[in-house]
Amino acid sequence: MLNLIWLGLLVFSAITALLTGNLKQLVNSVPDSAMNAFKLSLGLTGIMALWLGIMRIAEKSGLTEKLSLMIAPLMVRIFPGVPRGHPAIASMASNLIANMFGLNNAATPFGIKAMKDLETLNSAKGSATHAMCMFLALNTSSLQLVPFGAIALLAAGGSKDPTIIIFPAIIATSFSTISAFCIARIMSRMKRYQD
Amino acid sequence: MSINESASTISNLILLVFLVGIPVYGALKGVKVYETFVEGAKQGFDIAVNIIPYLVAILVAVGMFRSSGAMDILTSFIPSSLKDLGITSDIVALALTRPLSGAASLGILGEIVSSHGADSYQAKLGSVILGSTETTLYVVAVYFGAVSITKTKYAIHAGLVADLIGVIASVTVCRIIFG
Repeated sequence: MLNLIWLGLLVFSAITALLTGNLKQLVNSVPDSAMNAFKLSLGLTGIMALWLGIMRIAEKSGLTEKLSLMIAPLMVRIFPGVPRGHPAIASMASNLIANMFGLNNAATPFGIKAMKDLETLNSAKGSATHAMCMFLALNTSSLQLVPFGAIALLAAGGSKDPTIIIFPAIIATSFSTISAFCIARIMSRMKRYQD
Repeated sequence: MSINESASTISNLILLVFLVGIPVYGALKGVKVYETFVEGAKQGFDIAVNIIPYLVAILVAVGMFRSSGAMDILTSFIPSSLKDLGITSDIVALALTRPLSGAASLGILGEIVSSHGADSYQAKLGSVILGSTETTLYVVAVYFGAVSITKTKYAIHAGLVADLIGVIASVTVCRIIFG
């Protein structure tokens, strides 16, 4: 998919430049863009390192684990098909908390374990359960509280106040997560998705 | 205090809770905070270096698209009511790429930052969109693939609608705070 989009951008740009007479601008933009990409990437290092360092402390101090335990009672309500005390509750909670902190490297293994735990409750192999759909809906709605990738990029680009986006991003991400929950809940009751 | 200043203050307070709160909690739990911080921070450089090829690929391609005049042509098809909300064709491209690839959408935001400026409305809106949406199709593929599920039911629908609502919420919130 991305192969096609990327190639399409290159070819379409070249054709447009020939038709509009912007060939010189087009060619001149190439080295500038490549240089900018390199500068921006290196500029990400500082804030990435800072955030990853802080998050390592959150992991090592047991804070993320503690928060996962704290949301377990809530999990039982979000996932009515999963019995209390089932291992899926713990693995899903760990995944959701890791995602909230932006710990992508930790979130993925927890998420895969959660899917395997949920699969043990699945009576129709090869077909998703309601709990799986809810878990993925929450996961794909963006849970990350502080979007440090975007902050790092703004800082690398020379922004005066790169952290200003934290508050608006938390509000927007809350909307998307709450709506993911509602949509998954509503769709789980639709006739066509019953087994 | 203007709404923009209030947002800045609240954002800074949230950042401080993470930046100071977590090390204090760690210290109370007996973690060697300095060593642990350094150990985690070491990965920062690797991440930045790993992202260079993605950013080069996207910035060059989108940069060509912009300088050829194709971006302007595409923008002229966007209704002016949307343009008034700051939804330009590069923002549309960001929203469309986001469910497919995290690195590619970060690249598009990078291109927006370098062509409009890091303090521009577009850069802020793009950042908030990036922060409130997810690489839906990738996550679904990885997680369902792990348990060989092919009948995904409504997981993708819910994820994509949530992304769309994330974009709408981002535009609304940015309009109120930065507009």
